[in-house]
Order: sequence, then C-alpha cells, then structure tokens
Amino acid sequence: MTALSVADISRNFEGVQALDNVSFEVAPGERRLIIGPNGAGKTTLFNILAGSYAASSGRVALFGCDITHLPAHERARLGLSRTFQITNLFYRLTVLENVLLALQAGKRTTLPVLRPMRADRELLAQADALLEHWGLTELAKLAAQDISYGQQRQLDILLAMAVGSKVLLLDEPTAGLSAAEVPRVMAILRGLPRDTTVLMIEHDMDVAFELADRITVLHQGRLLAEGNVEAIRSNPQVTDIYLGFD
Amino acid sequence: MSATGASSSAKSRGIAAIFLLTVILFAVLPYLLSTYYLGLVIEILIFALFAMSLDLLIGYTGMASLGHAAYFGVAAYAVGLLSLKLHWSVWSALPAALIIVTLVAALFGLLALRTRGSYFLMITLALSQVAWGIAFGWHSLTGGDDGLPDVPRPALASDWSLAGDRSFYFFVLLLAGTGMLLLAHVAMSPFGFALRGIRESETRMQALGYNVWRYKFAAFILAAAFAGLAGALYAYYNRFVSPDYLQVFRSAEVLLMVILGGAGTLIGPAIGAAVIVLLENVISAYTERWLIVIGTIYILVALFAPGGIIGFIRELRGRRVKS
Amino acid sequence: MLLFLLASGLSLIFGLMKILNLTHGSFYLLGGYFGLVVLQKTGSFVLAVLGASLAIALIGIIMERFFLRRFHLQQLPQVLVTFGFLFIFSDIATVIWGANPQSMPRPELFAGSLQFNGFYYPTYRLFIIGFGLFVAAFLWWLQDGTRIGAMLRASVDNEEIARALGINVSLLFTLVFGLGAFLAALGGVMGGPILGVYPGADFEVLLLGFVVVIIGGLGSLKGALVGGLIVGLLDNFGKVFFPELALFTIFAPMALILAIRPAGLFGRE
Repeated sequence: MTALSVADISRNFEGVQALDNVSFEVAPGERRLIIGPNGAGKTTLFNILAGSYAASSGRVALFGCDITHLPAHERARLGLSRTFQITNLFYRLTVLENVLLALQAGKRTTLPVLRPMRADRELLAQADALLEHWGLTELAKLAAQDISYGQQRQLDILLAMAVGSKVLLLDEPTAGLSAAEVPRVMAILRGLPRDTTVLMIEHDMDVAFELADRITVLHQGRLLAEGNVEAIRSNPQVTDIYLGFD
Repeated sequence: MSATGASSSAKSRGIAAIFLLTVILFAVLPYLLSTYYLGLVIEILIFALFAMSLDLLIGYTGMASLGHAAYFGVAAYAVGLLSLKLHWSVWSALPAALIIVTLVAALFGLLALRTRGSYFLMITLALSQVAWGIAFGWHSLTGGDDGLPDVPRPALASDWSLAGDRSFYFFVLLLAGTGMLLLAHVAMSPFGFALRGIRESETRMQALGYNVWRYKFAAFILAAAFAGLAGALYAYYNRFVSPDYLQVFRSAEVLLMVILGGAGTLIGPAIGAAVIVLLENVISAYTERWLIVIGTIYILVALFAPGGIIGFIRELRGRRVKS
Repeated sequence: MLLFLLASGLSLIFGLMKILNLTHGSFYLLGGYFGLVVLQKTGSFVLAVLGASLAIALIGIIMERFFLRRFHLQQLPQVLVTFGFLFIFSDIATVIWGANPQSMPRPELFAGSLQFNGFYYPTYRLFIIGFGLFVAAFLWWLQDGTRIGAMLRASVDNEEIARALGINVSLLFTLVFGLGAFLAALGGVMGGPILGVYPGADFEVLLLGFVVVIIGGLGSLKGALVGGLIVGLLDNFGKVFFPELALFTIFAPMALILAIRPAGLFGRE
C-alpha cells in the first residue's frame, strides 16, 4: 500500500494556477525529495497535503485513507506531521515545554483536566529521553526564542517526529542554516527511522541528491519529472529549469 | 534530574506553606476588620476570581476579550431574578445561574470563535453590549436602568440566613476561593498547557494534532462560567443588580486588572484586582474622576509595564540574578 | 451616513496600521463638542465643521505619534492605550461640558424640509446623505486615483517592501490616523443637529462602528459604506418597532454575517 497518494491535485488562487493536476505516489519508508525553482508550488503542495488549506480539486490519501477534506489536526492524528518553511515553534515556552506539548498531543486523554502536568512523570521522562537522543538536553530550560537558529530548526523537526508520525513532511529543513550547522541536521535527517516515510522540499541540490530515494520535480505548478537521483540528474529538462542554479 | 527534583519539592513545600498561611489569614480577617473593610475584602475576592477567569482567556489562550462582563452580568441577573421573582434558594439559584451563563457563553462563543484577533475583540465587545442592551431595555424583566433591588442574601436553610457580615464573608471566601483553586488547577493541567501552546502558535498546535477550536471553545466557556460565579456572588453581596454589571467599563476594568497584575500568571490578575478595588475606593472618596484615573493607568501600564506587576517583579529578579 | 464617516475612519486605520482604534468613539464625541463650541462662538456652521474636525485630527495625530507608533503591531498595548484615551476623553468631556445632552441648531440653509410624494423630508438629512456620498467618492478617488492612494495600498499590502521602496510609511500612518480622526469628528459635528451632543455618545457610536465594520469588513471602504447603510437602517427600524430590544436588531445581522462570512461582506483575510 502506498504511504501517500496524490491524485490530480490542483490549486487556484484568484486566477493564479499554483498547482495543476499534480499526481504521484510515495511508498512507505521512501525518502521523496520535492524540488523545483521558486514558485513551482512546492510549499503550496505541502500546505494542501498537511491540510492548511484545501485543494481546488483532486484527492489525497494517506495509507489508502482519503484525507482530502480532513482538517489539519485530524491528519496529524492519522500520522501525518510536518515542519514549516518559517520555523514555527512555541517561542516563549522552554524547549522542554515544546517537546512536552508535542508528546502530549500523541496521548489521547479523555479529560485532560484531571491531573496536573507535573504529575505526569512518564511524559517528562519521555521528553528527557527525546532531548537526549537529539543532543538538546542542555537547552531544555531555555526559551525556544533564545536558542540558535540551527537549534530551532532541529527542534522543529523534533516536534514533528515526537508526535509519532508515519509520514513526515519537511519543508526546507536546511534553509537558513549556517555551514557549521548543516552537517548536524543532515545527520539527523539521515538517521530518521526507516519506517517513517519522508517527503522533503529542498533547495540545496547536494542535500537533495544525497538523501533522496526518488525525486519529484515541480515547475510552475506542474509535475515536470520524477525518478531516482541518476534519472533526474541527467534529465535535460530539469537542468534547463535550473540554469543559473547549482 | 535528582537535583531539580529536590529543589522542586522544596518549592512545592514553600508554596503549600504560603497557601496555608493565606487561608489562615483570610479566615481570621472577619474578626479583625470592621464591616467596611470586610466588604472591601469581599469585593477583592470576587474581582480576583473575575480577573483570574479572564486571565484564562487572555493570558493562557491568548484571546483578548473586551466583553467578559457579559458573563459576570448574566449570572448576576439570573441569580437576582431567580431569587426575587421565583424565590429560589441559593442552592438552586446559583447552579442554575451557572448553567445559564454557560449556555449564553456557548452561544456567544460559537459566534465569536469564528474570528480571531481584532475581529474577536470587536465581536466580544459587541456581544456584551447586546447583553447590556437587553438588560437596559427589557424593563419588564430586568427593571431596566433601575435594576433589581433587594436581592436577598443567600439562606442556606430556612433558619440559616447569611445576611450577617461574617457568615456572608465566609460564604464568599469559600466559593470564590474554591473557584480560584479550580481555575489554578485547570491552568496547570494538560488542558491549560495546551492553551498556552495555542497562544504561542495555533498552526503548530493544529499540525501536532490538537483540535484547536475545541480547546478555545472550552476555554471560552470555562472562563465565562467562573466569571459568572463572580457575578452571582457580587449580586448577593450588593443585594442589587443593574445594567452596570454588564457595561463596557466593567469589561475594561477587569481587563486592566489582568494586565496590571500580569497576564498569564493567575496570581497576577488577583493582585491586579486587589489594587484596582482598593484604588477605586480610595480615589472615589476624593473625586468623581475615576474614569480619568483608570484611563491614565491603562496608558501608563502600556507604556511602562506591559508585563504587569508580576512581570515587573520577574524582571527585577532577573536583573538581580544577572548581576 | 454618519456611520459611514465613522466606520470609514476605523476601517482605514485598521486596514493600514492594523490598529483597532477604540478611541474612535471619542473623536466623534469631541468633534461634536468642539463643533458646538465653535458654532456658539462664531455662528458659522462651516467653521464649526472644519474647525472641529481639524482640531480632532490634530489630537489624533499627536496620539498616534507619541503613544501608538511605538506599539506597532502589538495588539494588547494598542488596546490599552486607545481604551485609556477613550475613558480619559469621555471624562474630560463630562467635566467641561457637563452631563446633560446639548443640542446643536441646524444650519439655516438646511433648516427646512423638502416635500416629496407627500412625505416631508428634512433637508438637513438629505444634505448629510449627499455629503456622505461626496466624502465616499473623495476617499475612493484618494485611494484609487492618486499617488498617495497608491502608496497607501502598497503599504497595506506589504509594509516592509513599501518602506524599502522609500515610501515614508510612518508619516503615512500618522496622516491616515489623523484622517480617520478627522472623519469621525466630521461625523460628530454633522450629527450634532440631528442626534444632539451628549456624554456616552462615544461608546454608543463606537459599538455601532464596530458592528458596521464587522458586517462590512475591516479595511474595506465599500464595506464601511454598505455596512453603514445596513446598520443605520436597522438601528432606526429597531428603535421604531422594537424599542425595548433595539440592540437586538443589530445583533441579528451581525450574528448572521459571523455565521456565514466572518470576515465581513467585503473584508479581506
């Protein structure tokens, strides 16, 4: 069964065709890179997949389940999680609290008012473990707005992972990182569990070619090409639209 | 983790001690103060509850409302009408009032929550003004501008009236205190935690799987219910209900209490309430220009202490730590 | 029409600066009082209108420059400041002019009424309608036909880029705020002869202004016009037929709009 199936997705913004009949399928565990020049519609696609807004037409299915009309939070409950192009954290809360919120989302308590947060030792332990795994333990008590940009980016990905996602949408995870921070994030990306399906938008070609199993190329809202790294690299149409890049 | 564990249990012992002392202090007050000052304390308790309820909306969920007095007033009128016209005892009038307030809040919430930010601000104001308009205009029901006079003090039993100052004080202390404790409990629960997340980033909460609308709606109703409790107590205290309970100024005043004390801290708004109640009492003795005073306080708070009293204290502490 | 004048100012200020100006009601009230003073001193209605509106515009400009500019895009401090001024102005007005409603005589030119199909229609009201339409047309022209309007629209769309392009956005903000205040005061003076000048008008008018903007949509001139008409009609309708529940007649369409189209009839977002 495919992890994510996108069928004839189109999106129209007051006369501008942002996406035009885009279709593709992603296999479970696959690392699918979405690339394309600016304005190709990549983030629009992600927003539609995540449920931030609706497509003008088409269908999206998650593990065979039609999610086209589901609101964002329900998709998250079904295992679809995402990061944002502009880092989207709970800035005035501490790093630990950020993680706790993500973990708490995964629990389904019927009446979340009964016990105080402090009493949930299990949740706290989980949060500690997660922070340690990602090497962010020293930052736990700092406010999210006080850590470095690279660390914020990492936290962003961590939050998306903490919910226990099956399909992860990463929107330009390396964007804005300094040269020193890129290897750390790359390592995390490489180390993502193999049973998680990952869709990633990337501008950096090196990163894209290194991480991808398959690549989908968008151009001006349409699907231009799709294939493995070799096929895309040698595709003349692709190199054409990237003249000036790379 | 053990280091934080030890200090956090010392901290909670400290808080428990302060809490116990506060309870004892409040329990002893009626034997120390005259009727006038006791009345002030009662007012402080009521408005502290009112302010804390608004803090749940503003400080925790990040929804600034200009119409919170609506719930204060609706419950007050409910209690007043039920006691006066139908002669219900406090045992039935008070719960009924809370139910009524919750229903009204549900209706208002359904409408208001279709908006956010500035629109939400306007809608809440408009909705509370509609409530005010009904209170003011529906003479046959509410007495209009004359209000509802002679609301009887609650009677716990046919021979146990709380008309006496001290017994009424303890009544308010018990109910308001319980209300405040419940609010604190909600604020510190996973629900309250989620509200803070919503305040920081709704989109992120959605992306994590939280049904944000439901949380906001629940917060809205809870805040209204506690405000209603405060309003009902005020009605019993004043023995009089009027459209003033619902007017814009009341909403503005409680908003100031929250901000002055420090939004998002719960204890801050309680302190803010105390400050405003005391100030109003003092200043009203000298001048009728309370509006100008409160308007100036608004502007001063915005300019110099947007974090309120608690924010100010935290900043001082922070500076001391750094030096 | 008066509501349009008020709401257009509110809408403009919000559209450009994202400030929900709670003091707007005060501008209306003070406009009425100032206009009354000028009228009493000079006997000239025209002077009253101009003088009052300019004076209030000045007050608005000072307010924006010194109290609001520093809180750019911070909603809560803006609420605090504008609310604070609303109370201060309200009380000052009561101190200076007393708690009793004052009446303003109509300008002689429009003191009569026109007969039309058997109905007597006060000329002054017709004048207000006409004037309101004129102002609407002027604002429209300003927005769409002039360079300033273009700068305005650019700043609304994307403030950063507008600044980068060299548009003095801060000055624009101050001017627009002043314009909004001017319009509100204009409404206050012109409304004087019909509605009287009285304490509490600021709150009443502010609420109505909000309802207009809720129905018509914040940031839209069209919305202010249409909303103003709807609310004005309904308010009068309600006062005549359901005096006890007058506010309710406003509540219903407001609730309806919220249920169907929360951003208002012509609102962006």
